[in-house]
Amino acid sequence: MQVHKYDVVIVGAGGAGMRAAIESGQRARTAVLTKLYPTRSHTGAAQGGMCAALANVEEDNWEWHTFDTVKGGDYLVDQDAAEVMAKEAIDAVLDLEKMGLPFNRTPEGKIDQRRFGGHTRDHGKAAVRRACYAADRTGHMILQTLYQNCVKHNVEFYNEFYVLDMLMVEEDAFREDGTAYKQKRVAGVVSYDLATGELHVFQAKSVIFATGGAGKVFKTTSNAHTLTGDGMGIAFRKGIPLEDMEFVQFHPTGLAGLGILLSEAARGEGAILRNSEGERFMERYAPTIKDLAPRDIVARSMANEVREGRGCGPNKDYVLLDLTHLEPAHIDAKLPDITEFARTYLGVEPYTDPVPVFPTAHYVMGGIPTNIDAEVLQDNDTVIPGLFAAGEVACVSVHGSNRLGTNSLLDINVFGKRAGISAAKYALGAEYVELPEDPEKFTTDQIDAMINSTGTERVAVLRKELQDIMDANVQVFRDKDSLDRALVVIEELRERYKNVAVQDKGKRFNLDLLEAIELGFLLDMAEVMTAAAMYRKESRGGHYREDFPNRDDENFMKHSMSYRDATATTEGISGIRMETKPVIFTRYQPMERKY
Amino acid sequence: MSTELPEPASKIELKPGVGGGGEIPQFNITLRVRRYLPETTADAYWEDFELTMYGTDRVLDALHKVKWDHDGSLSFRRSCAHGVCGSDAMRINGRNRLACKTLLKDLDHSKPITVEAIKGLPLEKDLIVDMEPFFQSYREIMPFLINKGHEPSAERYQSAEDHAKFEDTTKCILCAACTSSCPVFWTDGQYFGPAAIVNAHRFIFDSRDDAGDMRLEILNDKEGVWRCRTTFNCTEACPRGIQVTQAIAEVKQAILARSI
Repeated sequence: MQVHKYDVVIVGAGGAGMRAAIESGQRARTAVLTKLYPTRSHTGAAQGGMCAALANVEEDNWEWHTFDTVKGGDYLVDQDAAEVMAKEAIDAVLDLEKMGLPFNRTPEGKIDQRRFGGHTRDHGKAAVRRACYAADRTGHMILQTLYQNCVKHNVEFYNEFYVLDMLMVEEDAFREDGTAYKQKRVAGVVSYDLATGELHVFQAKSVIFATGGAGKVFKTTSNAHTLTGDGMGIAFRKGIPLEDMEFVQFHPTGLAGLGILLSEAARGEGAILRNSEGERFMERYAPTIKDLAPRDIVARSMANEVREGRGCGPNKDYVLLDLTHLEPAHIDAKLPDITEFARTYLGVEPYTDPVPVFPTAHYVMGGIPTNIDAEVLQDNDTVIPGLFAAGEVACVSVHGSNRLGTNSLLDINVFGKRAGISAAKYALGAEYVELPEDPEKFTTDQIDAMINSTGTERVAVLRKELQDIMDANVQVFRDKDSLDRALVVIEELRERYKNVAVQDKGKRFNLDLLEAIELGFLLDMAEVMTAAAMYRKESRGGHYREDFPNRDDENFMKHSMSYRDATATTEGISGIRMETKPVIFTRYQPMERKY
Repeated sequence: MSTELPEPASKIELKPGVGGGGEIPQFNITLRVRRYLPETTADAYWEDFELTMYGTDRVLDALHKVKWDHDGSLSFRRSCAHGVCGSDAMRINGRNRLACKTLLKDLDHSKPITVEAIKGLPLEKDLIVDMEPFFQSYREIMPFLINKGHEPSAERYQSAEDHAKFEDTTKCILCAACTSSCPVFWTDGQYFGPAAIVNAHRFIFDSRDDAGDMRLEILNDKEGVWRCRTTFNCTEACPRGIQVTQAIAEVKQAILARSI
């Protein structure tokens, strides 16, 4: 085992991790640990754009952007955080441009902007052009540009180092009112080197988690195979709460049956959704902005069309994304990648035929709770000194119960930057927390147990059963019965997971072992998501309970906070304690959400 | 700028059978994988797997089927599974491809489908190679925007025409399919290789960049752009459709134009 010492250790090298590294690396000795090569991260799959009220093509301002974000999140957004994000969006885009990002341009040479779902002029009057973009590979260009700038600033990467544990201590402490509590402090992380199978302990004054989401909990997802909720899982196991985990975004336009993402930019550029009758059905659900309604509304409308028998195809189980009224040259210029996906994977020519689409699990709105400086909270307001989180793994909360399109690329840039600055600043004024005895023991035991297991269960079998049950019961529509069904299976799978074995017993690139460990995180995340969904007896944003179809501000205008707690029971689920946290309001009072 | 579009019709007549669909065809294949497990066997060897697959499956699905249902030790990199992360470049039937972008239905099922690691980089295990030499070449061409003078307060302007000059090479996902398909790279590991040149091109032809001359100097080196013998393997291999050989030719021309 090797021990490394850094001022700042960043876990994850997607957009948030690398944006943080660019800041932190210039201020403090920084290492980035990533289970993939940095340019493989899923930020690169983001397509449509990054919103900022540059007002390059029409009138716009950051206050409108803040309002849209708050309304888009069905008022569960912390408004101070949304304001920070919308304000700093402008510099975030300009930072990227200065770093070299090749944005599409207006005829005058300014950064071009296009429409996106839920982004409107003057508080909902009409769709506004706010998304800055690079064709339909904006995420790719952000990931490449950030990596390029990490190379420029000699950021130290540990590629294919999989972080399996966080080293944390608890100290007795007293609050201002004199009550005693346990203050958590971070000492470092334990990482598994995939190439050699060796463990490395990284001691650090600051640790930033930027590990992304957990979309692989579901079968139909736009997410990469590697998005298995590792960072959320590690935090949860250390007693850190997870906020708002019931809110998962299902992106309306996944390629039917495959889940591969077709950007909302298609609709931003004029594509529309049709059912089996050829109807533009969004006219009924969102009369003002129609196909450019926020994702939760569009996804639910699509699922409803299918449920009412107006789905297309032999099984009537998808709807159509129609681009056939657009000029092929326009499609080629603005949407080249996604139209190629339709051709490659479904054999459909989008110039002449509509493309089969259905909602796909896309983004976890919830995550590790942080404040606007990206500091992680161990409860509703106690900061864990030196621990930070940014990007999809975190919950600031700028997305509330439903994220607007493009706001994730924005989130990683704004809060990634803030995390990097905060982490470096903290590290420069702090001492190392002493490593616990045998810091790697937990991880060694976990790996040894997995390798030496004589169990009979296979990772792929359990994972498939988990993903199937989540798709069937915790997707766009949920109710108590469906959530109960999911929980029964998740509990059973957790038992069977104890009996899981890996076939690869080697040390070099043991990706069989990696998948087994990832499955453990997936099971934890599935349980938390389902428990939180059970707890929230209302419908809001991405969480729709058929047994509670209305928003209930009186009882549920608050964040859910799921804690791992062996002594607790929530909604009949043992081991999880559910608490709540107030939503921060600044200028917008909740209104009925209509588009 | 986005153009104003007329409102599409509220309702249209759909063509019968629109959206494709119907039964997904099923077929049997032999997947012949070049295995290398240095912890148990000294030499690489071929192993066949008989699989039943579907019309929408990719080579990556076949590899997963082997790993998940038959042999968990089969090792390969993958992440996004739809051709944007660049993890799963490999030699499929002798040609460099992304496993997640190669549909099985497009391959000949009458004979085994061969899958092996990309060539020219040190083999680590099964389909996994050491990517470090590849990224080393990439880093050497200074793959980041370099400006002289004052930083502007807002964005730098760039015309759509100037943007178009390098847009093609911004699509690179660093999968190494091009570099590891290049016969010069196979025989001379010092050669920068097409991917590094593509990424140099992306900055040399960016009107906002001021370090084009430095990059041209680096690529004028004996291991630089002149080693290219224009075999077009790289262009053929690129899963992003980048005109790699053309980009290399443009860099060559830029070096010549500069030395005059």
